[in-house]
Amino acid sequence: MINRYRWWELVLIYAGMALFLTFMLAPFIEAFMVSLRPLNEVFRIPYRFIAEGMSLANYHQIWISQPMLGRWIINSFGIALAVTVLSMMCSIPAAYAIARFKFKLRDGLLSVFLAVSMVGAAVLIIPLYKLMLALGLLNTYAAMIIPGAAFTVPTGIFLMRSYFMRIPAELEEAAYVDGASRLYTMRRVILPIAAPGMVVVAITTFITAYAQQFLFALTFNSKNHLNPLPVGLYQFFGHQEVRWNELMAASIVGVLPVLVLYVFLQRYIVAGLTAGAVKE
Amino acid sequence: MRRVDPFPYLLLVPALLLVGVIAAWPLIETFRLSFTDASMKQTQEYVGFANYAKFFQRDFWPILGRTLVWTSLSVSLKLVMGLIGAVLLNAAVPGRALFRILIMPPWVVPVAVGCFMWAWMYNGQFGMISGLGQRFGVFSGPFEFLAYKQAAFISTVVTDVWIGTPLVSLYLLAAMQTIPKDLYEAAWTDGAGRLYRFRRVTLPLLMPSITTMALLSTIWTFNSFEIIWILTEGGPRGSTTTMIIDTYRTAISRFRYGEGAARAVMILICLMVLSAIYLALLNRLTRKGRAK
Repeated sequence: MINRYRWWELVLIYAGMALFLTFMLAPFIEAFMVSLRPLNEVFRIPYRFIAEGMSLANYHQIWISQPMLGRWIINSFGIALAVTVLSMMCSIPAAYAIARFKFKLRDGLLSVFLAVSMVGAAVLIIPLYKLMLALGLLNTYAAMIIPGAAFTVPTGIFLMRSYFMRIPAELEEAAYVDGASRLYTMRRVILPIAAPGMVVVAITTFITAYAQQFLFALTFNSKNHLNPLPVGLYQFFGHQEVRWNELMAASIVGVLPVLVLYVFLQRYIVAGLTAGAVKE
Repeated sequence: MRRVDPFPYLLLVPALLLVGVIAAWPLIETFRLSFTDASMKQTQEYVGFANYAKFFQRDFWPILGRTLVWTSLSVSLKLVMGLIGAVLLNAAVPGRALFRILIMPPWVVPVAVGCFMWAWMYNGQFGMISGLGQRFGVFSGPFEFLAYKQAAFISTVVTDVWIGTPLVSLYLLAAMQTIPKDLYEAAWTDGAGRLYRFRRVTLPLLMPSITTMALLSTIWTFNSFEIIWILTEGGPRGSTTTMIIDTYRTAISRFRYGEGAARAVMILICLMVLSAIYLALLNRLTRKGRAK
């Protein structure tokens, strides 16, 4: 049959997969190995992948040498969750308006959102810093949440719009005939149907918000107890003598929750990421 | 007179408010600041094009050149790797689902944490790459990847490719799966081999998706900040200072807001050119699609 592979093709495919995965996973495997080493084995020449005296001791030690670690992880989750909620609250109604109603400026607005999604946050950092200063938001969670959400709204609008456009307009018309108001129709008829799509977009937004919380926290926050994990660890990374074994143990602890979340939700995340590909 | 329906506008208010305050206003403010000598001090004065003149005299061209090389190198590697990944993901072999799960972690974990891991990999004295390289005779002694100009440049590209490839793979896989099966079957009946089918069916039909991804990826890579900042902060001796890094350093580390803003405006102009190309290509592709 068409999909039957010859033996050498199979060898090629699996060899390709193995090479690909080596590149993708090597830093994680190495980080895990280092996290198990005692400090004298970390700084030992020649390099050995499997060192002597490997143990989970560093995973205990990090909570003592970095007392804020737990707080940073909670902050990371809290900030990502707040970014997601705020972003969805803004992008869902906007996407619905753009998908369903004809009005002046509609195409113009879509272009504006498209343009915004192309400007990196780092480019606008000066006025953003001044804005946060003027609003008195420096060193607050809000300074990390609000800009974080703003830069995810355009993508949210594009993805949600394609979900709304797939819902037949007759559903709304039927509701209007029955005398339902437009807000009621949106809340009780359309949003429940679009719910699976909204969940997908929310999960994707959350993962993105968790992965990219560095710039705003680095620039707008100097209070250690408000830091998300990446910036918290960055300080311990910036030191002259990095305790690599502990840094790697803390990194593994920090990425584990989101990796577990990914494995459980990966079906939805993949759907969210690729929704645009199929529609375009 | 026709009555204006307020409902859609009301739905747009939250998004417009958030994006307007956080993105649109700062965009305008960046332009304004770029013509002033704004800094830490309270007063600021209009200085005309002085900030731009200074930038052009000193280091604009080398930084622009470096940014373009960094971006195009990284994007082309991501596309090639991403396409290979998509082909592997699309192969109907056992273990494919596991492969799909295992290639995503670089994209899922915090970018900064991924960079810490790479910083260790690049460590010359004790890191894995240098260590294994010495053991197998590739390097004669410790090799500090982030300490030499070209090595640091390549190293930051490799990390960027590592983070960006999974998404490209998934996106191209999704596009591949929309190609109608009967096209392959027709080619197969005509006796076309696998490689021939890939070249004559998959690749041409994938072209619009590859173009879209190439342009989006170019824009994201052009804007890339975290990876370079964490690995090298733009060093050694400026060898990884791209436009974004240069702007951040001028504005935030040295508090020269006016000069930083002028540099940010130059980035915006580059992005505008890229977006114009993107929109033009997208329009041409959709028009072609409709004509069929």
